[in-house]
Amino acid sequence: MHLEISPRDGMPIYRQIVQQVTYQIASGQLVSDQELPPIRSLAEQLLVTPNTIAKAYRELESSGLVYKRQGAGTFVADIACSPLAKRERRRILTARADSLLAEARQLGFDFKEVIELLHGRQAVLERSLKQEQSRVG
Amino acid sequence: MSDRIAQVRNLSRRFGRTQALDHVNVDLFPGYVYGLVGGNGQGKTTLIKHLLGLLKAQEGTVEVLGMDPVKQPVQVLQRIGYLSEERELPDWMRIRELLNYTAAFHSGWDAAYADELLATFGLDEQKKIRELSKGMRAQAGLIAAVAHRPQLLLLDEPSTGLDAIVRRDILNAIVRTVADEDRTVLFSSHLLDEVEQMSDFVFMVDAGRVVLQGELDTIKQSHRRWLIQFSEHRDSFPRLDGVLWAECNTSLWSVICNGSPQEFSSLIQAAGGRVREERAASLQEIYVARVGPGTTRPME
Repeated sequence: MHLEISPRDGMPIYRQIVQQVTYQIASGQLVSDQELPPIRSLAEQLLVTPNTIAKAYRELESSGLVYKRQGAGTFVADIACSPLAKRERRRILTARADSLLAEARQLGFDFKEVIELLHGRQAVLERSLKQEQSRVG
Repeated sequence: MSDRIAQVRNLSRRFGRTQALDHVNVDLFPGYVYGLVGGNGQGKTTLIKHLLGLLKAQEGTVEVLGMDPVKQPVQVLQRIGYLSEERELPDWMRIRELLNYTAAFHSGWDAAYADELLATFGLDEQKKIRELSKGMRAQAGLIAAVAHRPQLLLLDEPSTGLDAIVRRDILNAIVRTVADEDRTVLFSSHLLDEVEQMSDFVFMVDAGRVVLQGELDTIKQSHRRWLIQFSEHRDSFPRLDGVLWAECNTSLWSVICNGSPQEFSSLIQAAGGRVREERAASLQEIYVARVGPGTTRPME
């Protein structure tokens, strides 16, 4: 798991960890039942106190994004059931949509043309998925 | 929280006319990293020397692991690890001799851990201390400070004058020390980034007094930096509750404020100001606001 913390940022380090893990879960970089690094090794990797990692994991656990197994470690929860992850996924998609719309405007496309383009791309995507399936099948 | 590792009560110390410590209170609990920040000559080293029993309290009390470090130095020093900026090590010894010598004084010496650190740092145990570079000296001193797995590790400006790689080794040793159950680290540093990265709790000292102490996350959340603009020119920032420091750059005021953002925001509006930006303050900004020149030193 790759995280980047910046101590000078006003945001407490445990919050930075919570945000980045949440993002990685929501964007599928971390998948359900995947194990997070043990507190100690993540603390050594990031050079922060183990209490900071423990605090971040506790917060992730209380929002339902990870779960602890007795005597084992911390694992990614099934995010389909997590409203927080759903919100986070929506946030990621919203940011992409915003930049698409901004770029479209800058390049001189109106909203209707963007919608038409999306329909066209969706058709291409579906066709290639079908070809993929028939090849595998 | 369980029993205290160290407890300092109303500790005061004078050196001639200088008040080196002024009614200092410190509590250290097991399992945490404490960062001690403050400028040169503000009392950091004096405080650490009291915890080590190298200085006797003139006023107040010092208790470490339930003992008085001046009266029971052997029992206390057995269970403390110490590394200072000066890294006073016997120059004529080889690294191996230094470690054997240190091991002899500490019943809990973990030879395997010492060897592991030697290998990690790539130190040649046959080298004499006097032949070592500054960074290698720090690494050797660090092994001697941590290999008996002390309950309390005291580091006085451990990173001063060291390159990024050796600084990393030191931070890593701090992490490993607290990751061992219930061990405690107090380290002083003028590198505020390092303190911000590594501390659970912070003590800020200035002119011998502890001017700010608490959990780092709480301190960071309660101190905010604002950019404020007034419609007309002002010579000084209005004296509002919670303002620690204010500086004017052309027509924009940078302000560090402690307390509720909602309350401050309404105070600003009432005073005719507009908030241009608000964010959490960094430890560096909080430090400057608390002890730097231009602090408004409010009545709290």
